[in-house]
Amino acid sequence: MRGPRHGMLHGVERDYSLVLVVGEEDLLVDRAVADAVGTAREADPEADVHEVFGGSLAPGELAELAAPSLFGGRRVIVIRSAQDVAKGVLGEVTGYAKGLPPDVALVLVHAGGAKGKSLLDAVTQAGAHVITCPKVSKPSERVNFIRAEVRRAGGTITEDAARTLLDAVGNDLRELAGACGQLVSDTAGVVDGAAVARYHRGRAEVSGFTVADRAVEGRSADALEQLRWALTTGVSPVLITSALAQGLRSLSKVGSAPRNLRGPALARELGMPAWKVDRVRQQLRGWTGEGVARALKAVAEADAQVKGGGADPAYALERAIMEIAEARAFR
Amino acid sequence: MSVFDDLVGQEPAVRELRSAAASAAEVLRGGSGAGMTHAWLFTGPPGSGRSVAARAFAAALQCPDLGCGECDACRHVLAGTHADVEVVRPSGLSYGVKDSRDLVLRAGSRPSGGRWQVVCFEDADRATEQAANVLLKAIEEPAPRTVWLLCAPSPEDLVLTIRSRCRLVTLRTPPSAAVAEVLVRRDGIDTDMAAFAARAAQGHIGRARRLATDAEARRRREEVLRIPLSLDGIGACLSAAAQLVEAAEGETNAAAGELDAAETAELRRALGEREGGKGLPRGSAAVLRDLEERQKSRTTRMRRDALDRALLDLASFYRDVLIVQAGSGIDLANADKEEEIRGVASGAAPETTLRRLEAIMECRERLEANANPLLAVEAMTVSLQFH
Ligand SMILES: [Zn+2]
Repeated sequence: MRGPRHGMLHGVERDYSLVLVVGEEDLLVDRAVADAVGTAREADPEADVHEVFGGSLAPGELAELAAPSLFGGRRVIVIRSAQDVAKGVLGEVTGYAKGLPPDVALVLVHAGGAKGKSLLDAVTQAGAHVITCPKVSKPSERVNFIRAEVRRAGGTITEDAARTLLDAVGNDLRELAGACGQLVSDTAGVVDGAAVARYHRGRAEVSGFTVADRAVEGRSADALEQLRWALTTGVSPVLITSALAQGLRSLSKVGSAPRNLRGPALARELGMPAWKVDRVRQQLRGWTGEGVARALKAVAEADAQVKGGGADPAYALERAIMEIAEARAFR
Repeated sequence: MSVFDDLVGQEPAVRELRSAAASAAEVLRGGSGAGMTHAWLFTGPPGSGRSVAARAFAAALQCPDLGCGECDACRHVLAGTHADVEVVRPSGLSYGVKDSRDLVLRAGSRPSGGRWQVVCFEDADRATEQAANVLLKAIEEPAPRTVWLLCAPSPEDLVLTIRSRCRLVTLRTPPSAAVAEVLVRRDGIDTDMAAFAARAAQGHIGRARRLATDAEARRRREEVLRIPLSLDGIGACLSAAAQLVEAAEGETNAAAGELDAAETAELRRALGEREGGKGLPRGSAAVLRDLEERQKSRTTRMRRDALDRALLDLASFYRDVLIVQAGSGIDLANADKEEEIRGVASGAAPETTLRRLEAIMECRERLEANANPLLAVEAMTVSLQFH
C-alpha cells in the first residue's frame, strides 16, 4: 500500500478503478496515468493494460477491451485524449464509467477544455477519482514544481537555489524534473545554490565542447545541430564561443609542439591528458597555422557580436561555425 | 604658485577657467557674476588632464584667492578631502540610476564652507542613459550654489540634452616637452628619464609619471614592445596574447585585493561588527553582497584599463613603424627601440602597418564592449602576423 490513494478516507476505502486525469501538462499527466496503472498492477501484477486514443475509439471496442480474458486477469483501459471521443461512442464510454465491470479499471485523460465537456461531467458525476494537471506556466509555479520535485526525490532545496536552477535549465518540466533527480542524487539531498551552479556548469561545458569538437573536425552539420540543441537547453552563447576558442587553442598548442615528442612525454610537455592529446592530433588533420588564425578571428567576431547585442547570438555562432569549416580547408 | 600649474600645455583652457572663477567669486560677493556657469564639461583625449583641470577649477572656486594652491581650501580640494567638493569616479563599468539619485540629493545640499557645492564627475560617459536623465534635471535647474563639473573624452560621449546645457572646456594632448618639464619640476625626475617617459607616454601625463617612477611599469612596457618581433607562428601569437592578458591581471589583482579588503573591513565595522567577526545585524549580508558586486565590477574595470595601457604601448610601436615608413622626420615615441622599429618597417608595406594598427584599435573597442579579453587579444595578435 502506498500513498494516500489507498488510505482510509472518512472511514471508507475509496475506489480507484475509475480515474479522470484532467489537464494539459504532459509530464504531470503521464505521471498520473502511470500512477493509476501502477495501482491496478499492485492489485494484480498480471493485469492487461490497453491504451487507446479517444478519437480512434470505435463502437464496441471498449466492450471488447473490457471483456474478461481467458485467464480472468484484471484489465486496465487508458483512454488518452478523451475529449476527442466520437459522439457515437460517447454513450458507451459513459455507460462503462457509471457501471464498471469488476476487475476493470478505466483511466480517462481529458484536456479539460470545452471540447468533450459532457464526457468530463458525466465521468466526474460517476464518482471518478479526479486528478488535475494544469499547465505550469508562471515562474512561481515552476519554482514550486522544482521544490516539489526535489522533495519527491527525497531531498530539499532552497527557494533561491530553485530559482537559479530554473534560470539555468529553462522552462521545460521534463528537463527540470531530470535536473532535480540528478541534483538530489549528486548532493545526498541538500540542494543549494552552489550545487546548482556546479551542475549547470558541468552540463554547459559538456555541450559547448561538443559543439567545438564537431566544428574543428570540420563536421559543420553536426556542429550546427549540437549548437541548436545547446542553445535551446539554455547554454549561454558566451560559453559556446569560449569552448570554440578553447578548441582552436588546443589545435595550436598540439600543432606547435616539438615534433620529436610522442605519447606521455608530449602530454607532459603540453600539460594535457594523453587522451586529449590523441583526440586533438586527430582533429589537427586539415589545419594550418594560418587556418587556425582565421578561425580564431571568426570566433572573436562572434563573441563581439554576442556581447554587442547587435546580432542574433544564434546567427553569430552559426556563422562562426561555418567560417571555422572554411578556415580548416584554407591552404 | 597656482592650482593651474599642473595643466601642462593648456593655456587657452586655463585662461577661461581663471576668469570663470573670478566671476564666481563676484557672485559670492553679491554681484551679477556674468560669465559664471553651473555646469561644465571637460573634454580631451586620454591623458590630456581632464580630471586634473576639473579638480583645479574646483579648488579655484573654493579658494578665497581663486586657486592659490597653498591655502587649506586648495590643499583639501587637491587631496580630495574638501567637504564641499565631491569627486565621483565610477569604479565599475557603468553608473546607474540609484547612484545618480543619491548624488543629486547630495549635490543639492548647502555648502558647509559657505562658497560652492561642487560635484566633479570623472568619466561621466560611464553614466547609463537613465542615470544621465536623472542628472539632467539637476543640471537644468541647479541649486543656486551648486556647480557640476563633468569629464568625458569627447562631447559626443554624453547625451545631447546634457551636453547642450554644459559649458565646454576642450583640452588637448600636451606636447611631450611640456610633460617632461612637469615631471622634472614637480616630481624631481631627472631630465633624461623625464624626456624618455614623456615621449613613450605620448602626452599622457599620468602614464609618463608612472613610467618614470615605477621600474615594474618600464619592465612591462619592454615586454609589450618585444611582441612585434616575437610573432613567428600561431603558437607565438597565442602565447603573446596569453602573456598580455596575464600581465594585466597580475598588475591589477594585488591592488584590487588590497582595496577590496580595506573597504570590506570598513563596511563591516560600520555595520556594527564586534571583535571576532560576530554581531552583524540582520540585512548585513545583502549590503555586503552589494559591495562585493561593485568590487568585482571595479576589478574588471581595472584589468581592462591595464590591458588597454599595454595595447596603447603596442600601438605606439606600430605608429613609429609608420613614421619610419613614411620617411617623416617626426620623433619616435619609442626612440629606445629604433632598431626594432626599423626592422619591422623594412619588412612590411605601410598598408600592412595600417591594418595592424586597425587590429589593435578594434581589439581595444571590443574590450571596452565587454568582449572575452583573451579571445579578443588573440584575434589581435594573429591579425598582426597573418593578414
Ligand atoms: Zn587657495
